[in-house]
Amino acid sequence: MARVQIESEVTGNVWKVEVAAGDAVQEGDVLIILESMKMEIPVEAPEAGKVAELLVAPEDSVEEDQVVAVIETA
Amino acid sequence: MFRRVFIANRGVVARRIVRACSELGVESVAAYSDLDRAAPHVAEATASARLPGYRAADTYVNIERVIAAAKSAGADALHPGYGFLAENPDFASRVAAAGIAFIGPAPDAIRTFGEKTGARRHMEQAGFPVAPGSELIEDERALSAAARRIGWPVMLKPAAGGGGIGMRVARSEAELVAAFASAKALAQGAFGNAAVYLEALLPNPRHIELQMLGDGERVRCVGERECSVQRRHQKVIEEAPAPGVRSGHLADIGERAVAALEATGYTSLGTVETLLAKRRFAFLEVNTRLQVEHGVTEEVTGLDLVQLQIRLAAGERLDELLPPERAPLGGCALAEVVNDSEPVGQQLRSNCRRARKGAQAPARFAVQARIYAEDSRRMLPSTGTLSAYRPPRLTGVRVEAGYAEGQAMTPYYDPLLAKVIGTGATRELAIGRTLVGVKAFEIRGVDTNRDLLQAILRHPDFLAGKVHTGWLESRLKAAPAPAGAPLLL
Repeated sequence: MARVQIESEVTGNVWKVEVAAGDAVQEGDVLIILESMKMEIPVEAPEAGKVAELLVAPEDSVEEDQVVAVIETA
Repeated sequence: MFRRVFIANRGVVARRIVRACSELGVESVAAYSDLDRAAPHVAEATASARLPGYRAADTYVNIERVIAAAKSAGADALHPGYGFLAENPDFASRVAAAGIAFIGPAPDAIRTFGEKTGARRHMEQAGFPVAPGSELIEDERALSAAARRIGWPVMLKPAAGGGGIGMRVARSEAELVAAFASAKALAQGAFGNAAVYLEALLPNPRHIELQMLGDGERVRCVGERECSVQRRHQKVIEEAPAPGVRSGHLADIGERAVAALEATGYTSLGTVETLLAKRRFAFLEVNTRLQVEHGVTEEVTGLDLVQLQIRLAAGERLDELLPPERAPLGGCALAEVVNDSEPVGQQLRSNCRRARKGAQAPARFAVQARIYAEDSRRMLPSTGTLSAYRPPRLTGVRVEAGYAEGQAMTPYYDPLLAKVIGTGATRELAIGRTLVGVKAFEIRGVDTNRDLLQAILRHPDFLAGKVHTGWLESRLKAAPAPAGAPLLL
């Protein structure tokens, strides 16, 4: 069991959170959609696993490299 | 003429409108959010009005606050610019109800062209070519039947949408059914309306659009632009005239566009966007506002489209504003030059003498590059403080710059940093000047797409005028550049 921290690639705002803590996700699944400069930027699961923590909620602002979610991989 | 124009916008376009107002001898009121207090449009306008907050929803798209600010500033007209509230018919009606002239078409026209299946129907009835498509799709059964009738591949498009946002392509029945729910969700999220419809996906189309002006009775087409260099359906480079399109073909589609807008009693500036595939034009959408790329048409015609838009809103008539002869398409300059820059003016007048004698060669060329705050390799927006922002001053290069050094590029607004428009008596010269202008623009503090713009402006396909709307993305996919390496496309 490994914990993988997922970071935001941009400074922006959280538009939508697409998963809930405990959800099983596949590699490439969209976890969170960020919004910056009128563009939607999806945050995807880098590998399959289970959502351990969601650290942001809609309308939160996020900085580049900020950890937004944690996934537990098998 | 108006006494005081309120500008409900920011950045590059707000400065452009301030300039047009000054040249018309009209006062301007710059709206600004708390992030834009130090923006150049605020300093250059004759007055300013604070919209408290920083999110667009609290400031530039907040209808109540914008109208209240315009009223308390004593404005008798309002210019919406582009984006934000520019194509919101409810906003346009409420501005008018507040006793302020809306510088744009009547709310009914904004509504007609804003609903995309209604717009298609209107254009088709007026004799304008439309691609095979459907009415609004209610359920999966109607979806499959419509797709079979249109033929594969098809595109699912949001009916309340526009600007290429929220579209999905489907190449089979299975893909279509899978895309239906997500297309509706996307449409709901982006436009607050889940309605979608189908349209045929044309093979490798060019994006050609027609600049229209109307006074409620008559409509004129003053030229075309090509905007085929796109990414995620957002335009990156635009030019006029459209290279290699026969002038007779353009004149025909221009006349059809005139007829279609005259049928609505169109009263302002507008653009009829089309796709050109296999030598046939097909309707894309009508933008009922000033466009980001209006400058290339200004450079080849000598017209000042923003001044014209304001004068039309003040009730002036087209026959007072434009020369009587039919506007020749294909980049030929119009007779009267509103622009007072003398060398250009002289050139335009001689061009028009040539045009009257039946000379076919286009007289002047213009190419616009949009400088965005983005990382071109990762396709991500880039925020930060502009530690350097120095627009070049060069012959044959017009720069529309929206920012000042020390200002921040924030996540709250769009990433357009500036527009560079190169002009010249040949297309090659216009492209070369644009390239030099992009290179000479000093910007530090954020990533920009200047390397991508230079790679496009040097590319043999672009130089040959042989690009389509999928070209840039296919080149980027075919030739990914590692971090730090030059983009070669």
